[in-house]
Amino acid sequence: MPIIVNIDKCTGCKECLASCPFDAIVIKEEKAFINEYCQICMACINSCPEGAIEEVGEEVSKKSQDFLEHKGVWVFAEQRSGKAASVSYELLGTGRRLADELNVELSVVLLGASEEEAQELIRWGADKVYFCDDPIFERFNDEPHSQLLSSLINTYRPEIVLAGATPIGRSFIPRVAVRLGTGLTADCTSLLIDRETRNLLQVRPAFGGNIIATILCPNHRPQMATVRPRVMKRGEYIEGKKGEIIYIKADNLSSRTKVIDTIKEISEIAVNLQEADIIVSGGRGLGSARGFKLLEELAKLLGGAIGASRCAVDEGWISYSHQIGQTGKTVCPKLYIACGISGAVQHLVGMQTSDIIVAINKNPEAPIFNVATYGIVGDLYEIVPLLIKKVKETQGHREAEKR
Amino acid sequence: MKIIVCIKQVPDTAEVKINPETGTLIREGIPSIINPYDMHAIEAGLQIREKAGGKVTIITMGPPQAEVALREALSMGADDAVLLTDRAFAGSDTWATSYTLSKAVEKLRADIIICGKQTIDGDTAQVGPEIAEFLNIPHISYVRRIEGITQNYIRVQRLMDEGYDIVESSLPVLLTVVKELNEPRLPSLRGKIAVKKAEIKKWGPSKILADEKNLGLKGSPTQVKNIFAPEVRCDKKILKGAPEEMVDALIQELRRLKCL
Repeated sequence: MPIIVNIDKCTGCKECLASCPFDAIVIKEEKAFINEYCQICMACINSCPEGAIEEVGEEVSKKSQDFLEHKGVWVFAEQRSGKAASVSYELLGTGRRLADELNVELSVVLLGASEEEAQELIRWGADKVYFCDDPIFERFNDEPHSQLLSSLINTYRPEIVLAGATPIGRSFIPRVAVRLGTGLTADCTSLLIDRETRNLLQVRPAFGGNIIATILCPNHRPQMATVRPRVMKRGEYIEGKKGEIIYIKADNLSSRTKVIDTIKEISEIAVNLQEADIIVSGGRGLGSARGFKLLEELAKLLGGAIGASRCAVDEGWISYSHQIGQTGKTVCPKLYIACGISGAVQHLVGMQTSDIIVAINKNPEAPIFNVATYGIVGDLYEIVPLLIKKVKETQGHREAEKR
Repeated sequence: MKIIVCIKQVPDTAEVKINPETGTLIREGIPSIINPYDMHAIEAGLQIREKAGGKVTIITMGPPQAEVALREALSMGADDAVLLTDRAFAGSDTWATSYTLSKAVEKLRADIIICGKQTIDGDTAQVGPEIAEFLNIPHISYVRRIEGITQNYIRVQRLMDEGYDIVESSLPVLLTVVKELNEPRLPSLRGKIAVKKAEIKKWGPSKILADEKNLGLKGSPTQVKNIFAPEVRCDKKILKGAPEEMVDALIQELRRLKCL
């Protein structure tokens, strides 16, 4: 077993028992013992105050043979109706940083869309674009996408491949990873380079955001990851930046699935939420649907959008399209004002990368204060009207100055 | 029609709490459940059987206690259940998990394989499409409605970011399903009594003709380096004073940061 308890160090204090998600640690003769239920999830490693829980190595798998031949960072730029999706620009920002750190090229794979769009990706940071404008890629279809991307990777051998953790990326990239026999880490929120090994440190939340894990793919190349949209920042746009476009033919692609039609069904609210610089959000603390009227007044004043926690949506105070969090939307505005939201981890994962977070809550112990830049402990029905009044004053003042 | 539904037993993450001092999960009293998305996969399997006839087999890979999840699925009306359990499977990432499940599917044979869109503990959504690639069959993700199905063809709606697609596929095919697809049924009383006696098959690596080097920790290209609790912001500031003073301070800060 790769995780064991060092009996000499173990004091039998039972601290570790609760850390195991699988009930795999039992106390025998006053020492901890890891039984066959262990799934090697590593959750217990740091729980022992004595450091008695250790990972023992069985050197895992060997490095794949062509390991060192892989060079360069690749981004898969997904397109919708011929336009690169916004996550593609975020990936270019991150990809550029990783490529510079590794001192290699940054390339993009663009399937479908136009040459103009390929040039635009170069201005957003790419050195090279592998571009195919075959009509087979007009609509998203898993099999042709995974076939062509796998064969490109096999030919050009990048060391890192990134894609958006969108319905498209999360559907076909797993097929690519299996075809290539390499690892894939889902829905990353941070990517770093370990300078010594050139390994990609892939950071992602798990257990509904309750824990964060760092994942490695040490012995296989390329290292592949999907990246959560709206978490990473776009790179720098350089007017007049030049790069190379490599034209790819879509030969020998087949598909057993066929996309018959694409139906758009997106609410204005959802679009506004994801593009808003300022979001005013309400939770259980509002007490009723009436509370959102107050928040709307503030949002309107600030030119912001309205968000909600799952509690408020479940209570029926506001529609699901406003919901932010694990089962709603992920947002990343400049300013997020959370009113009467306690901050369950499922909500936090949807908004904690906002630049500035203001929390207004009665309960000083509410977890929302752990992620807040500014916390106000108080009754939102007292604070928010005051805030509205003061914002009006400030804005009035500024108007007067302008005149 | 041979239908296989892949499920996973997970801790109910909505109930999970973190010990802020040690950064570890507080597991005590957290119930194990069938992954909520997999409940919709089971329901989809049962509904296809009702329409097209056939047999629904539930498979899972996990520790011995995952048998409880299989019994629950049987009590909803599934015909058969297989538990893939062995020390060799422990520590699997999605690559090794989908390899193992695909070997079991190969042995059982299926026209349709159904998975939930993702689990609530790993949240990867990778295992379904990866099983399909190992089996060299097509897959359709995020199925929100099944519009038609025959012995060798299926037509579904696939949920996307900006709406949905209508997708057709030949069989065999693998589907991953979202909650909008259906409302999972409750176990029947008769089902609950019947499953007490039901035999659950337990298979190890040799039974599914799996190559040991592709299993468990050894067969996993990705490794967990470390796990930690979500970071607490270090620039945080709790404003003090009377409500009016706090709001004034906030306005000042927001102006300083050019938010106003």
